[in-house]
Amino acid sequence: MNFEFSDNQKLLKDQANKFLADKCPLTTVRTILEGDEPYDKALWNDIVNMGWTAAVIPEEFDGLGLGYLELCMIAEEMGRSLAPVPFSSSVYLATEALLLSGNLEQKEQYLPKLAAGELIGTVADAEGYGSTSDEGYSVTFTDGRLTGEKMPVIDGDIADFAVVAANGAKGTSLYLVDLSDASISKEVLSTLDPTRSQARLTFNGTPAQLLGEDGAGALALEKVFDNAAVLFAFEQIGAAEAALDAAKDYAMNRYAFGRSIASFQAMKHKMADMFVALELARSNCYYGAWALSTGDVELPVAAATARVSATKAMYQCAKENIQIHGGMGFTWEFDCHFFYRRSKLLADNLGSQSLWEEKLISRVVASTAA
Amino acid sequence: MDFNDTPEEAAFRAEVRTFLDSVATRKSDPQDSWDKNLKNEAEAIEIAKAWQRTLHDNGWACLHWPKEYGGRAATQIERVIWDQEEGQYLVPKGFFMIGLGMAGPTIMTYGNDEQKARHLPTLASSEKVWCQLFSEPVAGSDLAGIRTKSEKDGDDWIINGQKIWTSGAHYSDWGILVTRSDPTVAKHKGMTYFMVDMKSPGVEVRPIKQITGGSGFNEVFFTDVRIPDSQRLGEVGDGWNVALATLMNERVAVGERKGGDVLELIELAKNVNINGKPAIEDGAVRAKLAKWYTEFSGLKFTRFRSISAMSRGEVPGPENSIGKLVGAAKSQDMAEFAMMLMDRAGMINDKEIAPFSGMFQQTFMQSPSGRIAGGTDEILRNVVAERVLGLPQEPRSDKGMPYNEIPTGTIK
Ligand SMILES: Cc1cc2nc3c(=O)[nH]c(=O)nc-3n(C[C@H](O)[C@H](O)[C@H](O)COP(=O)(O)OP(=O)(O)OC[C@H]3O[C@@H](n4cnc5c(N)ncnc54)[C@H](O)[C@@H]3O)c2cc1C
Repeated sequence: MNFEFSDNQKLLKDQANKFLADKCPLTTVRTILEGDEPYDKALWNDIVNMGWTAAVIPEEFDGLGLGYLELCMIAEEMGRSLAPVPFSSSVYLATEALLLSGNLEQKEQYLPKLAAGELIGTVADAEGYGSTSDEGYSVTFTDGRLTGEKMPVIDGDIADFAVVAANGAKGTSLYLVDLSDASISKEVLSTLDPTRSQARLTFNGTPAQLLGEDGAGALALEKVFDNAAVLFAFEQIGAAEAALDAAKDYAMNRYAFGRSIASFQAMKHKMADMFVALELARSNCYYGAWALSTGDVELPVAAATARVSATKAMYQCAKENIQIHGGMGFTWEFDCHFFYRRSKLLADNLGSQSLWEEKLISRVVASTAA
Repeated sequence: MDFNDTPEEAAFRAEVRTFLDSVATRKSDPQDSWDKNLKNEAEAIEIAKAWQRTLHDNGWACLHWPKEYGGRAATQIERVIWDQEEGQYLVPKGFFMIGLGMAGPTIMTYGNDEQKARHLPTLASSEKVWCQLFSEPVAGSDLAGIRTKSEKDGDDWIINGQKIWTSGAHYSDWGILVTRSDPTVAKHKGMTYFMVDMKSPGVEVRPIKQITGGSGFNEVFFTDVRIPDSQRLGEVGDGWNVALATLMNERVAVGERKGGDVLELIELAKNVNINGKPAIEDGAVRAKLAKWYTEFSGLKFTRFRSISAMSRGEVPGPENSIGKLVGAAKSQDMAEFAMMLMDRAGMINDKEIAPFSGMFQQTFMQSPSGRIAGGTDEILRNVVAERVLGLPQEPRSDKGMPYNEIPTGTIK
């Protein structure tokens, strides 16, 4: 048994950690939170230069051809740094959709540009409040054109193109859409985490091309989301660990009643519980990483397990980090709220916790019945 | 046991309604709120002051205060009836809680006749707004760890130091202030309590921005601020006991909170789908709703029990702590859950778009403060464990030590 990352993978993680500590300290996140820019363009360029957008794209499409274990290491560090860039949308979602469903021509058209960071992509799935899963979409595709509204679309205002889930001739299908098309109206939405943009996109007879088979969109999207779930979960544990570290640092140096507050059992138990949630999630993430990298049949269960436990761990670490900081935690000046905001963004962004819990148990039940 | 009004209570309720109908507008929808369309805080205070004055002029301010201080000498039950009825009208609430709920009662207990005559009437009429200058950068939970220095100089005291988290300091006229008058004795022994005019030279108020983006609280700096000895409440060195009297009232004053309870969450669950059906039909959602409903109901009836105890003349005890302990965490986790039900649109906080005008998103950001302000969750659990259950106190490493030898704040 060797349930560990290799030395090379750990080295990559360490590099990513140092790189982001240097290029994306929390002051960078603050600048985006407080400013008008939707994301940090300089940081995005630096990340592209590191080759991270090219990580799992095969060499034949100008990628680095690395494995998913490597991308998981990068994801954990991206999560830890709360990097305000459209990395997850472009790399975990749009790139995955093309890798999984694109034909040769589409791959040749998009992947080299995604690898080079010349194109930013996203996936447009949600249509308003509540989950849209089984219902079919109100956005429709006829005669090569899309009509209808997607809301919210993560990074919808930033992305150059989107993979849109819509209702086609044979049911739910995926479509590639150039978001610079003049027929699209875009509205940036006000959200609790302005360090990751969200938008409403309205298609008005917008030209689009089919991605994958007509009518195969639901299954294709499920696969994209399973892959992305593992990568999102790594971001979540990276961020959760950063929140726990911040809590620990503060508690060790804060005194009340003549002693360090870290010496109060209530504080110790709270941090121990945060750690336990995080470690369980981490182990589930490793299992997800293994399933993703090997394409194992257990991926659907592994991905949902990682996702559900990482979502829980991150919320717990983010909210209790505020609590451990006392009044300081409630100030804009301290960084605790960054983690709190991001915990909800990452939790709801791929479909809610309840959706993933449902997927998890249905899949476990199905696999035990077989 | 009987939830119905006694004939006297019914008569009182009718009187309250008649009065409120004559001066205020009844809400057409329970979600309606008086401050919905306000431009800014200054406007809110103006309206709140005007309302408090109306109450005062008609003998409805400070219900439970003795008549001689401008109150109505109402019973606890009458106070509750008032709150129930007033809650149905579009009238301001909130700005005078520290003054009426905390400063006033402390002055009644510890003030001399002259102090009562000077401050209680302007408190009751809301002419003067008060804030609470207790917490410091080095002392929050451990209030007795405060540093702000008071030194006697003739008939005056000279104050130097810093307070923090002072809610409403930026619009307050007066503050209740605890200081360290003698650092060489044990920490609970060397404190002295004052009333300070916030317009005194040397008082500087700086707003602190909160994670919500608003600035409800402040830092307050004291540089050689002179306070006449006549503004001291209680004996020199007895400030801790005076502060405790204030805090006993804080537990009563920090009552119900705004921001969406389980009934709104049920409404939301009816209107969004998860896993292909209305969320309200989902077993896991129902289990959560049941948990929060039992807490909601448990808190409501716990409140009824303490009202009954109060109406028998008993003092509200530390068991009142459970209201905030349960309520604050519940409100945070319910907001998180509500956003989860909204799925990917959960983060949208645009009032025009989000359900209930973004109330759950707002609560998500506001609710962490409920678990901190007025005693953290952990401190309240200690109160319940030690003062209600009678469990032994934590060993105190600073017990009996002179204040100036105790490690404090963020320095060792
Ligand atoms: C919105 C808001 C409004 C406020 N308004 C006012 C106001 O108007 N006037 C005023 O004076 N103050 C006000 N406060 C301050 C508030 O009372 C303090 O923030 C609170 O008492 C906690 O103190 P602290 O911030 O110093 O945290 P700390 O005391 O440093 O606590 C940090 C962490 O340590 C834990 N801890 C501390 N001691 C123990 C222990 N013995 N056992 C276990 N855990 C412990 C705490 O629970 C917390 O998690 C306000 C605070 C907020 C958030």
